[in-house]
Amino acid sequence: MTGPTVRRTRASRPTRRTAALLGGLLVPALVLAGCSLTDDDPQAGAPTPPGSSGTAGATASPELGGTVTLVTHDSFALSDGLLEKFTEETGVEVEVVQPGDAGALVNQLVLTKDAPLGDLVFGIDNAFASRALTEGVVEPYRSQGDAAADALGFAVEGDTDGALTAVDFGDVCLNVDDAWFAKHDVEPPTTLDDLTKPAYKDLLVVPNAVTSSPGFAFLLATVGAKGDAWPQYWDELVDNGLKVADGWSDAYFTDFSGGGGNGPRPIVLSYASSPPATVPDGADEPTTSALLDTCFRQVEYAGVLTGARNPAGARALLDYLLSYEVQVDIPGSMYMYPVASEVVLPAGWTLWAPLAEHPFEVAPAEIASKRDVWLSTWSQTVIG
Amino acid sequence: MTATTALPRPVRDAPDGPARPSTGARVRGAGLGRGAAWTVAALVPLAFLVVFFAYPVAVMVGRGFVSDGRLDLSGFADVFARPRTWRIIGQTLAQAGVATTVSVLLGVPGAYVLYRRRFAGRAAVRALVTVPFVLPTVVVGVAFRSLLVENGPLGFLHLDGTFAAVVAALVFFNYAIVVRGVGGMWERLDPRAEQAARALGATPWRAFRTVTLPALTPAIASAASLVFLFCATAFGTVLVLGGLRYGTVETEIWVQTTQFLDLRAAAVLSVVQLVVVVAALLVANRARGRRERALPLASPETAVRPLRLRRRAGEPRDDGLGLERAAAAVTALVVALLALPLVNLVVRSLRVGDGWGLDHYVALSSVRGGVTVTVWEAALTSLRTAVDATLLALLVGGLVALVVSRRPRRPAARRAVAGMDALFMLPLGVSAVTVGFGFLLAMHQPFGLDLDLRRSPLLVPIAQAVVAVPLVVRTVLPVLRAIDPRLREAAATLGAAPGRVLRSVDLALAGRALGLAVGFAFAASLGEFGATAFLARPDRPTLPVVIFRLIGRPGPESYGAALAASVVLALLTASVVAVCERLRRAGEGGEW
Repeated sequence: MTGPTVRRTRASRPTRRTAALLGGLLVPALVLAGCSLTDDDPQAGAPTPPGSSGTAGATASPELGGTVTLVTHDSFALSDGLLEKFTEETGVEVEVVQPGDAGALVNQLVLTKDAPLGDLVFGIDNAFASRALTEGVVEPYRSQGDAAADALGFAVEGDTDGALTAVDFGDVCLNVDDAWFAKHDVEPPTTLDDLTKPAYKDLLVVPNAVTSSPGFAFLLATVGAKGDAWPQYWDELVDNGLKVADGWSDAYFTDFSGGGGNGPRPIVLSYASSPPATVPDGADEPTTSALLDTCFRQVEYAGVLTGARNPAGARALLDYLLSYEVQVDIPGSMYMYPVASEVVLPAGWTLWAPLAEHPFEVAPAEIASKRDVWLSTWSQTVIG
Repeated sequence: MTATTALPRPVRDAPDGPARPSTGARVRGAGLGRGAAWTVAALVPLAFLVVFFAYPVAVMVGRGFVSDGRLDLSGFADVFARPRTWRIIGQTLAQAGVATTVSVLLGVPGAYVLYRRRFAGRAAVRALVTVPFVLPTVVVGVAFRSLLVENGPLGFLHLDGTFAAVVAALVFFNYAIVVRGVGGMWERLDPRAEQAARALGATPWRAFRTVTLPALTPAIASAASLVFLFCATAFGTVLVLGGLRYGTVETEIWVQTTQFLDLRAAAVLSVVQLVVVVAALLVANRARGRRERALPLASPETAVRPLRLRRRAGEPRDDGLGLERAAAAVTALVVALLALPLVNLVVRSLRVGDGWGLDHYVALSSVRGGVTVTVWEAALTSLRTAVDATLLALLVGGLVALVVSRRPRRPAARRAVAGMDALFMLPLGVSAVTVGFGFLLAMHQPFGLDLDLRRSPLLVPIAQAVVAVPLVVRTVLPVLRAIDPRLREAAATLGAAPGRVLRSVDLALAGRALGLAVGFAFAASLGEFGATAFLARPDRPTLPVVIFRLIGRPGPESYGAALAASVVLALLTASVVAVCERLRRAGEGGEW
């Protein structure tokens, strides 16, 4: 699109104008860009002396130091000061890189495995664990952290060398808006089968299994529950008025009636740990609850990246993630359960965020081999 | 533009008129060194485009076509054998086609009311209609869906998750392109031709149809092709509002790349997208070529009249009042509809529990919700990144515009110039995922150099600059092309050295357009999310990245903070647009 004009400037000839303009634009541009770019990196402050103290499970060794780059997903978070504390104790600076959700994360690691994006990865879940192991993006390391023994209980089947170390876990479950059901005088559903009954027509919203990792976890729950008959189950859900939103936040805040957005649907896919967040100010009970017979357990793993430039730093940081200090912080900052069994959970959690006793399970190897087929079948069944 | 229209002879020569004799041997003598200077001016932006766009995209697409070290094009047969592929291509074209048509149908009356007529508050309305263009799609998705959801304010329309919802959102984003593109032309169109037609007895509608519309057609076609380009490559909006059901080639590339790691399919789809984009650009180029014909132009002062909604006593009937009223009504309705999601966003950001309050805004100053910086810090990062991106875009885009504005004598050179013009539009049309993943693959030891640029703080502004360059070119180029070469010749005859001519003619006249380009590049960079999400260093996330992270976390506080942060972003971009609007009003400008 050009301006409302009109004539071509045929007579113009090449001149030194170009050079003048080059100078005129380039110099100030570089000066200004320099001003804003060469500014101090907030994380690159004065480095603390290496190996000042080797607490937090990190065994200080002479080669510790430098920067360790943690590659993780969008939801990674720790309370303020925790990573700085690690730096104080070990002399290792931490840089965090968050290239996307759990799926995008693993795929980026696979693509860049010859020149890894960092040193340590956190956030590979059991839906992607097999892909990460088969592709060899992580290398074996047996953690020395406080909760190392607990973490072993979550080891991925077939991961005999311990390339992936469990850090936290949680249950992806349906949540119901209790207030809505009380108001409409309907009994809330309790099982997956209930959801296909006429009483719950047009009440359920779930995130897209292709574009959202909790959405995929729920697909796995139905695979675990129904076996090969899962597509028929989803057919029945669709017939009963299932709504599919793009992502978890979209479903929870826009479509769900109990998420604060006053949406129309009282049943949503979320986490077992979501209800404590719905305790109203001044009240002492949440307005929502999780259906513990509809859950799929997600375990999140960390691992030292193959070809890491700072493997020692990566191991120290992995140990730190398993330290009680970080483990205690995980419920509040990431809404997941720490693997450390000794950690005391926040008060609300023991009351309103219990774990499922018998979550549905699907073997990681089976997920790895059938994932793509399941997703395209799901897409055809549900999205059309 | 204004400067040339202010000359005593507003009517221009046709482009294919006889070549004017050049200013003589003096200029010709220095040709060789100057030729070198022009070559450099062309090579700098080309190098930028190759290194930071073509190379990463080629690396990424190449991955999909090479398996076990051999070229494997079987992906084409595979992907085209899937019925889904054809449905997706059809949907992309249908969505973009319908959204473009609706944008044009609504935008032309809007251009008339906002650029050909004067009324109180016009500047504010002009700024308002431009805000959506620069809002990030995450925000628009939220604002739209909460309106359309079953029991939302517009729930009774049952549009949630429909084709219509996706089209509405696309029109929301792109209305401004038509209004500004067509309006910029219309306000300078000499009204006397239409008046003559009316004097000869044509009805107002017939005069519009036979005189004004043909004059505007190139501008309309040109704006339409740009809207089509934006719609055909829309990503976030489509995903949030239409899910995968109304997926486009762009969303399919994203799914195949990030979810299935099917690089073969992604590469094939990238090629498909490139074909669609190049076709759209060819149409745009033809439209531009036609537009550059001579048109009687006038200064806006003579063409723009006060908006009239009722007939004063004694005025003749059949004076086009009906048309004017209709245009005003359509525009008022569109503006109200555009404002609705924005107002909804503000309202929801003020909602605290069952009551109202500023809590979410207060919370913006604290570190929360798993984001390591406050919203204000992120806003600062965004602003600084935008400064860098804008400077880069200005440098590269300025050079491109300067080179492309010249019409070299040799046909080969002329074709090269035209090709360069189209080439720099391509970044608007290539998938952000392809570019983002390409950066990750290509920027480690680029061209075999021992460098790892992937985590360089410069990569984010560079990625944003790649997107902003076309906006700069399209803003500055029209003005440079409009400069009457006689001005330069006159200056040279009076003894000005070439550098001085450039400074006192080209730069002086293009200065305001440059200011406008700065504003747009800046705003586009502020709202940019796709490439940034891949590259942003989390110790310094930009505002859209923070909004995205906040919105993905449990708890009403995070959600409220995300909405409040969105309002901050909208205000920030609105201010930038408003400043642009002032610059534009003060003088010439492109059509933005």
